[in-house]
Amino acid sequence: MQVSMTVNGQQRTDEVEPRMLLAHHLRDNLGLTATNIGCDSTSCGACTVIVDGLSVKSCTVLALQAEGSQVTTLEGLAGEDGELHPVQAAFQSEHGLQCGFCTSGMVMASVGVLAANPNPTDREVREGLEGNLCRCTGYHNIVQAVLKAAEAGPVAGQVPQTQEVSA
Amino acid sequence: MSILGTRVVRTEDPQFLTRGAVYTDDLTDERLTGALHATFVRSQVAHAKILSVDTEAAKQAPGVVAVYTAADLTDLPPLAPPFPFIAAEFERQWLCTDTVRFVGDAIAVVLTEERYQGEDAAEQVVVDLDVLPAVVGTANAAKDETILFPAAGTNVLAAFGEPAPADFFDGCEVVVEQAVVNQRVAPVPLETRATSAVWGEDGRVTVWCTNQGAQQAKGQIAEWLGLDASLVHLITPDVGGGFGAKIGADPEYALVAHLAKLSGRPVRWTESRSENLTTMLHGRGQDQVVKIGGTRDGKVLAYSLVTDQDGGAYPRIGVVLPTLTMLMTPGTYAFPKVHAQARALATNTTPIGAYRGAGRPEATAAVERAMDLFAAEIGMDPAQVRRINLVPKFDEPHTTLMGATYDSGDYVAALDKALEASGYAELRAEQQARRERGDARQLGIGISTYVEITGADNGAGTGEEAELEVHPDGTATVLTGTSPHGQGHATTWAMLASDQLGIPVEKITVLHGDTDRIPKGGGTMGSRSLQQGGAAVHQAAVELVEVAKKRAAERLEANPDDLIVDLGSASLQVKGTPGVSVSFAELAAEEALMVQTTFTAAAATFPFGAHVAVVETDVESGKATVVRIVTVDDAGTIINPLLAEGQRHGGIAQGVAQALLEEVLYDEDGNPQTSTLADYPFISATELPSFELVEMATPTPMNPLGAKGIGEAGTIGSTPAVQSAVIDSVAHLGVRHVDMPATSMRVWKAVQAAQAGAQHQNGSTN
Repeated sequence: MQVSMTVNGQQRTDEVEPRMLLAHHLRDNLGLTATNIGCDSTSCGACTVIVDGLSVKSCTVLALQAEGSQVTTLEGLAGEDGELHPVQAAFQSEHGLQCGFCTSGMVMASVGVLAANPNPTDREVREGLEGNLCRCTGYHNIVQAVLKAAEAGPVAGQVPQTQEVSA
Repeated sequence: MSILGTRVVRTEDPQFLTRGAVYTDDLTDERLTGALHATFVRSQVAHAKILSVDTEAAKQAPGVVAVYTAADLTDLPPLAPPFPFIAAEFERQWLCTDTVRFVGDAIAVVLTEERYQGEDAAEQVVVDLDVLPAVVGTANAAKDETILFPAAGTNVLAAFGEPAPADFFDGCEVVVEQAVVNQRVAPVPLETRATSAVWGEDGRVTVWCTNQGAQQAKGQIAEWLGLDASLVHLITPDVGGGFGAKIGADPEYALVAHLAKLSGRPVRWTESRSENLTTMLHGRGQDQVVKIGGTRDGKVLAYSLVTDQDGGAYPRIGVVLPTLTMLMTPGTYAFPKVHAQARALATNTTPIGAYRGAGRPEATAAVERAMDLFAAEIGMDPAQVRRINLVPKFDEPHTTLMGATYDSGDYVAALDKALEASGYAELRAEQQARRERGDARQLGIGISTYVEITGADNGAGTGEEAELEVHPDGTATVLTGTSPHGQGHATTWAMLASDQLGIPVEKITVLHGDTDRIPKGGGTMGSRSLQQGGAAVHQAAVELVEVAKKRAAERLEANPDDLIVDLGSASLQVKGTPGVSVSFAELAAEEALMVQTTFTAAAATFPFGAHVAVVETDVESGKATVVRIVTVDDAGTIINPLLAEGQRHGGIAQGVAQALLEEVLYDEDGNPQTSTLADYPFISATELPSFELVEMATPTPMNPLGAKGIGEAGTIGSTPAVQSAVIDSVAHLGVRHVDMPATSMRVWKAVQAAQAGAQHQNGSTN
């Protein structure tokens, strides 16, 4: 079947099997491999992307369900001039990533957390990221990164291609 | 000021944060165009005779190119046990021939054009089995009633040490004994296993796989497939975590390479998470008995640790981990008598391998549990009991009764720092107040001290190589045989070169994980990388400066001894005459400026520390919540504090996870109960506090950097501290011991049992 969606600002139309997951569509059909797949039970959040302003786990969405949607992946988060999004910059400055496998989903989920709550506490960040698993960092520096990103203001909860994001 | 010891942010991060890293499943190498997808057909039964495997229907399924069973692999010899002291009868088939031995044992492989077709086709393979009784747990294995490998005649894979002499505890006023479980856990790197393989027209195979050491994996694959090592080119792209479970090749990697040959097409394989949780090596899995004796005034006189290691269905690294546990049995303590004995047993479960700490956390958990039980028995504060028995500060190497030679240490200072930073006295006062008030939420305080062995292969003479080349454009390249998968070597190794040459970190590229470019290397495991690979880079940079000085001396018509490095301009200057200089880049333009060197550390290093964990336990539900973790982790000189702290954080979290939450479970028939991340309680951000790290750095004399390993220390210290804190939170209710993971149910049951007066008194008093 044919599916059309706007991915990182670009209109994409492709043939997909009805059962194809959005995560596989992004990775295998569109070559956007920053989005990773870490489980098969919607538990790890490595595949988190933003669809129409909502951070969602793309392993739990069929590509067809994203018909007509605005999708932002990690590749679409930095500015056109290459300037890092405040969440990306904070993940680097606070050492919020090690092996990097959870990072794409963790960054996108963090944008969602900050969209819903621009000034979260340590505990609120932890609860907001409960569905995103990391084995390397013990979450300590991820939490620090999200708190640091929040200092940038509302822009930390926004993505370039859509106006509003909420958790 | 040297760049060493400063908080340099990672140079690898911009790519990871904008385009993502390139993991094995992300590869777009043109040689993999048209690759087939491999899907394994795995046993759903723990132990059975195979009556038949019917692949006809699967071969007709859409997209199927081939289906392979053991009958197609008769030219490959079986996989011999990984260590010579394990009986040859414990051999493993590439694909099961007549017996399956755990849920996940591979029976067939389907190759399909597309990813999704593989799962469809795999379901069409019909396997007829005659179910046998399953062996689950070391106690059942030890009975030898059902034997996994009848030709071996026993489930005992290996045995180490002798029983303690009968008079071992003579003279002790108090002796306490306790069975302790160091439960099986799953490493769960976020990236599951993945590999790709393609054969070239030159008869060489290129294998990409997610692994902690390309060179070791290459050697293993070549040996298994009967290939000359020169015919295997192994590449580890970015690797999404390892934690010990990606040490060495797995049979699947070699088999995929072999099937690429048989099918004449490139082949890719990426396992699912449920496949990963049932077939990637698990960690820990020790059943221990600790016995400790001493005087009523707190002096331990004798300590014994007897371990049964669950080896799983086929022998892997797990079989030898008890030897590391035995080596580290006395930990930080100066016990006059120490005894350790162990064996490893085959069970119908996933094979056991290394997991962060690998043998040492089990030793620390055991001795720390024993110290707490001893302290409770004599009614002494656990911190005081530890202080009485710790090895005093030493500057000259200290050799233990188990034969480990600790390089440098000050365990009392580490304990004191942790206690002070935690506000130990105030915590005890708060705990007492809550107990007196009968609060619903009780406070528990757990202490651990630890020492562990890192760079255990130091002194084996193999060393670690580094190659450093400065280019005419002022950049430099470092080649290393270590193998980062999150540790940040690209940044730290660049810092080590920059420290000597002045070339900025962002102009230094660190390459690793390609056996054609870097034929020798030990990989990254056992917290060895900085003290070996990092030290090699340092040595290469020092040697490169010497080479450059000789060449600059000619050019500048100066004595080499009069030349100094100007770090600001990455050049050599004549001392006192800054105008007379030549840069490393200019020298490289004249003639290649490159050094290849090998650093061999004299011996292993022994990082140490102390952790204090504070938990709040809801006595009604048994739920324990970690509210604070204060850690002193002394790994010698720190090169990049930002990254070293990151290693500690991750380690601490994995220790908390084992103490409180995580456990791989099987039912009595060997069916996995935790085969998805919905079932396996992988620790999340909500279950952890932010961590309180205390600095302490006692350099080692074993390498010029003064660095010990930091990768595993956090896990080794935090696991017993948290377990101890949970037990401490309900100790006033009569609870003496709770096995890990200290789940709500376990704690609640322990409280109920204690209050009913049914708590078994496992200790005995002489």
